[in-house]
Amino acid sequence: MKVLMKGNEAIGEAAIRAGCRCFFGYPITPQTELPEYLAKRLPEAGGVFLQAESEIAAINMVYGAAGAGARVMTSSSSPGISLKLEGISYLAASELPCVIVNIMRGGPGLGGIQPSQSDYFQATKGGGHGDYRMIVLAPASVQELADLTAEAFELADKYRNPVMLLGDGILGQMMEAVSFRPRTALPAQDKTWATTGCRGRARNVINSLYLDPEKLERHNRHLQEKFRQMAENEVRSETYRTEDAEIVVVAFGTAARIARTAVDSARMQGIRAGLVRPVTLWPFPDQAIKSVLASCRALLTVEMNAGQMVEDVRLAVAGARPVHFYGRTGGMVPSATEILREIQNIAGVAYGASVS
Amino acid sequence: MQALARPQALTEEKFHYCPGCTHGIIHRLVAETIDELGIGEKTVGVASVGCSVLAYNYFNVDMQQAAHGRAPAVATGIKRVLPDRVVFTYQGDGDLVSIGCGEIVHAAARGENITVIFVNNACYGMTGGQMAPTTLPNQPTTTSPGGRDVKQAGYPIRMAEMLATLDGPAYIARTSVHNPKHVIKTKKAIRTAFEMQMQQRGFSMVEVLSVCPTNWRMKPVDALQWLENNMLSYYPVGVYKTVLQEVRG
Ligand SMILES: Cc1ncc(C[n+]2csc(CCOP(=O)(O)OP(=O)(O)O)c2C)c(N)n1
Ligand code: SF4
Repeated sequence: MKVLMKGNEAIGEAAIRAGCRCFFGYPITPQTELPEYLAKRLPEAGGVFLQAESEIAAINMVYGAAGAGARVMTSSSSPGISLKLEGISYLAASELPCVIVNIMRGGPGLGGIQPSQSDYFQATKGGGHGDYRMIVLAPASVQELADLTAEAFELADKYRNPVMLLGDGILGQMMEAVSFRPRTALPAQDKTWATTGCRGRARNVINSLYLDPEKLERHNRHLQEKFRQMAENEVRSETYRTEDAEIVVVAFGTAARIARTAVDSARMQGIRAGLVRPVTLWPFPDQAIKSVLASCRALLTVEMNAGQMVEDVRLAVAGARPVHFYGRTGGMVPSATEILREIQNIAGVAYGASVS
Repeated sequence: MQALARPQALTEEKFHYCPGCTHGIIHRLVAETIDELGIGEKTVGVASVGCSVLAYNYFNVDMQQAAHGRAPAVATGIKRVLPDRVVFTYQGDGDLVSIGCGEIVHAAARGENITVIFVNNACYGMTGGQMAPTTLPNQPTTTSPGGRDVKQAGYPIRMAEMLATLDGPAYIARTSVHNPKHVIKTKKAIRTAFEMQMQQRGFSMVEVLSVCPTNWRMKPVDALQWLENNMLSYYPVGVYKTVLQEVRG
């Protein structure tokens, strides 16, 4: 059954259905509907909703709850995520599973409250200190917000690592029909490592301090091996009309929705355009991009920022084709017409006068 | 000899504390309390960042290590998930009064049903004796070499008194460990604090005045004397708040 829901609320409902019974957060636009939804729904479901005194407190409450074995979530928007970064580094270092939602707004600084994708670097390149990685999921519809929220909890438990759901203000606020599909239940993870009181077993310690550099390096090797497995097994992406595409647009989330319209318009004008939409931003779908290069003459990365993912696209393409960029910032959203014009320009370069 | 037996709630690990440091005594008092209350198998401790960071190696219970200042938030997360377990934090004064000032105030205001053991040694021990919010006026430290100048660096914070003004806490006390008489009183206060939690009465905290001979640059006995002569007048010991009908002071 489909219901009409706001994106932020769909995340909340999907989280509860995924067995999340614990939420800690601090209010910030444009994600507020999510904590508000959970403030009502979690107590009904026998769970814990707590409005923390700050994002810093919230992420550390998540640390405690995750360490105690709970499925736990926090959400925020850009400036709030900046405050959580020390905690996220601790969570990754101590191997604690949790889901962190970032409904991005324009930055830097206090920026604005309009949608943006300008936290791509922060989400995918660490953000916090130390050598850590986390899976970053980038939904592009309310349905996908719901599906990826459920998946985020599974991935977090599977790897004992934080997972980030990266959306923007448009996705959070938009209303779309969504169905909450029952998921093939994974075997409940036995959290034998959780600190729940050591009755009948050796005591558990959750910690990220290793004063001996050899031990810390060994711990880092262990983490890196885990990150390597994530990179090997968890890449997700979607391609659209790329089979014979000569110009391939690469975009994620809201920008990908708009780019899709532009690709269709380009096709109607006889330009063979296509779209690669990374669904995981880390691990980045290099292969999906490499696999479209055979027919492709040039790529165009479209983002709601000043050019962040484009660096990963260029790394994947490794100089084999020109990679162009088009972006809007500050909460401005690129229109399909603008993207079409970029595609036309690139096509014009490649095809001479053949495009009207 | 009975009194010298190692409490079950301490591991075999040897303390790394400097000679004359009173962190070890306070660890022992917490461990004895856990033993006496028979709660070792249902206790989760939270170690903070400071000289006592390795507390997770010493307390023989499930432990989490928290980011600097955030132990009360971590403890909140644990307690909300496991309300029938006993959750305590062990924090220094830099950790609790400076960087973690927000977390402790809000945990107390929420009446979070946890126990906080707060060790006030009037300096940052682990990082080498810098000025803490609790450093006394005119007390020299490595970042207040001429003594804490209150005109420039402001005044010390009396945390027990401050938190006692809130409605959330069930029990707030300040004690000291500079002599055996005060050690016994500290033990009693720690036990009361844990009992408050077990009776679901809400937030409890014991602020324990402690010495740091290394960074105070004193012999251990002189440090104990310095505490008695200087800290007790600025930080009077006593029960600042209790929901039980106990005599104050
Ligand atoms: C975010 C952060 N800032 C600074 C530090 C460095 N640091 C480690 S311990 C410490 C002070 C601890 O002092 P206190 O809480 O008084 O405990 P003590 O060592 O005196 O027992 C500081 C500043 C850190 N680990 N993390
Ligand atoms: S530096 Fe001070 S607080 Fe730290 S162990 Fe040594 S004496 Fe104790």
